[in-house]
Amino acid sequence: MNIIVCIKQVPETSNVRMDEETGTMVREGVESIVNPLDLYAIEAAIRLREENGGRVTVLSMGPPNAEKAVREAMAMGCDDGVLVSGREFAGSDTHATSYCISRAVLKLSPFDLVMMGVRATDGDTGQVGPGVAAFLDMPLCTYASRMMGVEDGRITIERLLESGYETLRLPMPCVVTVGKEIGYPRLPTLRGKQRARKADVAMWGPAALEVDAAMLGLKGSPTRVVKITKPKVTRSGRVLDLAKVGAHEAAHELVDFLEENNLL
Amino acid sequence: MTENANTQAAQTTREVWTLAEQEEGRLRPVSYELLAWGKRITDKLKGIDPERPAPLCSVVLGANVDRTDVQELIQHGADKVYVVEADGLERCLVEPYAAVLGNLLTERKPEVMIAAATSMGRTLMPYLAIRLTTGLTADCTGLDVDEETGNLVQTRPAIGGNILATIVTAHHRPQMATVRPHSIRPLERDEGRTGEVVEIEPDARLLASKVEWVGFRSVEQDDANVQDAEKVVSGGRGLKRAENFEVVRDLAQSLGAAVGASRDAVDRGWVSYPHQVGLSGKTVTPRLYVALGISGAIQHLAGMKTADCIVAINSDPDAQIFQVADFGVVGDLFEFLPVLKEEIERRKSEEEQA
Repeated sequence: MNIIVCIKQVPETSNVRMDEETGTMVREGVESIVNPLDLYAIEAAIRLREENGGRVTVLSMGPPNAEKAVREAMAMGCDDGVLVSGREFAGSDTHATSYCISRAVLKLSPFDLVMMGVRATDGDTGQVGPGVAAFLDMPLCTYASRMMGVEDGRITIERLLESGYETLRLPMPCVVTVGKEIGYPRLPTLRGKQRARKADVAMWGPAALEVDAAMLGLKGSPTRVVKITKPKVTRSGRVLDLAKVGAHEAAHELVDFLEENNLL
Repeated sequence: MTENANTQAAQTTREVWTLAEQEEGRLRPVSYELLAWGKRITDKLKGIDPERPAPLCSVVLGANVDRTDVQELIQHGADKVYVVEADGLERCLVEPYAAVLGNLLTERKPEVMIAAATSMGRTLMPYLAIRLTTGLTADCTGLDVDEETGNLVQTRPAIGGNILATIVTAHHRPQMATVRPHSIRPLERDEGRTGEVVEIEPDARLLASKVEWVGFRSVEQDDANVQDAEKVVSGGRGLKRAENFEVVRDLAQSLGAAVGASRDAVDRGWVSYPHQVGLSGKTVTPRLYVALGISGAIQHLAGMKTADCIVAINSDPDAQIFQVADFGVVGDLFEFLPVLKEEIERRKSEEEQA
């Protein structure tokens, strides 16, 4: 079973600082990590390989230093690594990104599964998985919560919806976005790290992908970010201290507040 | 492979479409919310050029769609409802849904297509946007129209809610967006409102699905449906023990709220993952969010800080959750909650008598 796991390198967002003047993110000193939600896809892919044999190839698109993210995934147990990189790709929206990823995936044929996290923690769109499936014209399963078995070239997957779990059976090759319930991602082993350090990571630019230049970067992006602002947190922020006002008074005021806002 | 349905702005009909969602033939509440967003857009478009009509339309795909609900779409603001019915459209399978809806969009050329940022909208819309060669903006919290260009102005949070990005799709149609459920109140229902219902029987060739639907099981309690809920009561590490999580359920029941949780509570096994709110769980936008014993890590805040009203109860006065709270109580949860519950019950029974 050959699996391609798509990952994204993202800034560690738990301590994002914003430049108040320009409204952009301060990138200095911000650590880059593998999108935490992609780790679940890596875990799912490695488990499938353990059960069914085959290879897991990690694929990323980003600046040259995203090679670090590719090596991290290899340290977890992915066999091969590819980074799609080049100035031509800069400014790609999810449409252009889905196109490039789908071209890279095709170049890695034959394969059975393309997997990735349900979304990345920076852009937070969750659009590239479905986008890649559309470009490849392949079956799609989003929000996978459990792999239920592979049989006769088909994979059965349970997925998490708002009101419960839906089970789908998909012919392979297909595209799957993987959620958190799939299982806790393993940590890289020391041997894995050593292997990943020495491994070759293929670097593919636009020429290698045989892509249509008009479909890359800003040119190939139907959407355009025209403004970035810092969200205002406008909260009245009344805070009561139980030690001072007592539970009864606090409960009274809180229920008043809920009533005023029609929330009871 | 990709059907190029991209059209210039001038060739569109100026129709604004919303995608109604149905489950077993009944429309989900978010279908009516989408019309409130759509109305803002059609009003703006009419303001720019009063000569050209800008009809607000809903489209619903299903097998046996409740006709009272279809009328209800009209009563909530739709001028026209496209009802597409066929066996095979009972539930959202991406391939037939994208084929049928894609065909319709290509044929009717609306200016804007809005769907809900639900598991359905967030799966179907990005697939469809590629098929139609157009842009899609996910998870918008605001939609407006640029008065000069007539383009849709889409606002969405990104980077864990740390920035708000404004995005336009200038040269591709339809302009597609998903909006968060509960980000707007449905329009007042007007029973006298009339509109057109267009029944469409899709070409059978569009209904093929390579993906087979096997089954569905609903989650143990419906209180896990935090994304659809008007109110959410969540618990975190401050509850200390699994059995204490009962107080969260208790308060949720008093308030008629769904039960949410921080990652800490889920990782400790106090409550199952579908309840998790935050960056690696669900993003919620309820009218009321109550955080019990939740410190307010940025990952959690990213999943709930767009709630209309936030109440936080925590023993640590420095907890970050208080920075986003409209109403905070510092103190012992276990002392406060029984008193609060009593007060809620008392106030409710007073109201019933009044």
